[in-house]
Amino acid sequence: MNAVPLLRCRGLEAGYGASRVLFGLDFDIRPGEVVALLGRNGMGKSTTIKTLVGGLRPQYGEILFDGRPIHAARADHIARLGVAIVPEGRQCFPNLTVREHLVAFAARRNGAAEPWTLARLYGLFPRLAERAGHMGNQLSGGEQQMLAIARALSTNPRLLILDEATEGLAPVIRDEIWRCLALLKAQGQTTLVVDKYVEKLLPLADRALILERGRIAWQGSSAALDARRELWSRYLGV
Amino acid sequence: MSHPVSDPPRLSVSAAGGRPRQPLAVRFPGFARRLPWLVLASLALFPLLAPALGLEYYVGFVRRLLIVAIAASSLNFILGYGGMAALGHAGFIGVGAYAVVALVEAGFSSAWLAWGAALAVAGVFAALIGAVSLRTRGVYFIMITLAFAQMLYYLAVSLRTYGGDDGYGLYTPLRLGAWLDGAHPDVFYWVVLAIAALVFAGFSRVAHSRYGHALRGIRDNETRMVALGYPVYRLKLAGFVAAGAVAGLAGGLLASHNAFVSPSMMHWTQSALLLVMVMLGGLGRRWGAPLGVALWLTLEEVLKMHTDYWHWPLGMLLLLVVFHAPQGLAALFERRGGQEGVR
Repeated sequence: MNAVPLLRCRGLEAGYGASRVLFGLDFDIRPGEVVALLGRNGMGKSTTIKTLVGGLRPQYGEILFDGRPIHAARADHIARLGVAIVPEGRQCFPNLTVREHLVAFAARRNGAAEPWTLARLYGLFPRLAERAGHMGNQLSGGEQQMLAIARALSTNPRLLILDEATEGLAPVIRDEIWRCLALLKAQGQTTLVVDKYVEKLLPLADRALILERGRIAWQGSSAALDARRELWSRYLGV
Repeated sequence: MSHPVSDPPRLSVSAAGGRPRQPLAVRFPGFARRLPWLVLASLALFPLLAPALGLEYYVGFVRRLLIVAIAASSLNFILGYGGMAALGHAGFIGVGAYAVVALVEAGFSSAWLAWGAALAVAGVFAALIGAVSLRTRGVYFIMITLAFAQMLYYLAVSLRTYGGDDGYGLYTPLRLGAWLDGAHPDVFYWVVLAIAALVFAGFSRVAHSRYGHALRGIRDNETRMVALGYPVYRLKLAGFVAAGAVAGLAGGLLASHNAFVSPSMMHWTQSALLLVMVMLGGLGRRWGAPLGVALWLTLEEVLKMHTDYWHWPLGMLLLLVVFHAPQGLAALFERRGGQEGVR
């Protein structure tokens, strides 16, 4: 695995107005890695993601993406560099069909050797091919989640961020999402995942970060976290 | 940890059971495909048939209708597809009309040059106004576009060279070119029809291109579009400039049609009327603008013959549409989106 980080955060501090949420986060994500960002509600996971994708300007610290500083960049610029997010709540467009979702945002960028074409996306999510002509609001929750992931992939991201991708889904659909994430990992997709289902996420992730009140309380390999169940109850409430 | 709750599947209208009323385009797809060509052919033949039917007067009426439909289509493009609720679109129509006046006053008489100038000058104004206005959203965007249009209105009122408040008469018709001038009394009608057809086809094509999808995405969720890497401001500005330029072209054509230009054509009530016609036809619908314009102007024409209080029935019609067909009249005809659903 390449040791040069794709994403590097140093001393990252962010918040909303006078209220600080993140306090000096230091972490790296290397190419091809799947990193789990864990923590109970309100510990700063969503704020971290928001800061990474340019939705929130950090108050201190720096974020480097492929060696380039992005902490002052606009969200659309960061996205064009190759950071794609599957947002919490999916946020599919109600007035675009499934096919339009996947065609409209497709981008031949980031020098992807094997770009995500429509056929490849349908191959990953055959259900979307069956529903190609349906509008974004005519899909079940699981289908919307698949669409949100496929939409992010259509931009050929170098770093894919999933925020609560399995939230509110039926177990069978969750398993389908996990299966797809495993496939993406096998294809070398660098991914940062926020999810509550730690027992499902850890076998998939290479490393894990645990946030506690805006600070990194623990980081290490998934195997190490799997072996230390006391951390689960202390920091994750599991 | 288990999480038993799952989102219920959201079924489309037809998948949910029952027998929903399908749009005509779904029930008769072959007819729907040919309909635009039938309409175009009927409109093209109308000046030839009108004398036999005693409808000569209505050739001019349909010409005006087509010109207003061009302007309404441009508004539909930014409002219906882009979600930009501009209340100053008549300002661009006026800019186009006054561009024609300025060229005529300067001694030019080519219609193509005048209409080209109307398109270009309105496009420049749209770029300047859009660059400022598109930094705002919602009600502020409505107010700022209205304010700019009113500034243009008062600017036109103050232009003494071009008649000020009294307006400016174009007493000599613009020249269309050696072989078109004098070929037929209604040649201007066919020129307008050709331009209208090109504008509709152009907007329709763009609205269903990747850019059009992006514009609809911006309308639905601007933040998400930014997160997907789209330069939202630039995309909106491009749409705004295109719509403003086409409205200017409509203004140039209207100046030729009326042989008269006055500041009243850019008053804010004209912008509101355009908005009402687009909403009546169907916002964000391919045929929404021409349908709304045709219905509104035809009813206006017919009702005026019978009563001085023709605003009343038109107002009632608008209320009925708002309550019973909030997606506009085009929604009754057009198929949009999924194999099963409607949007």
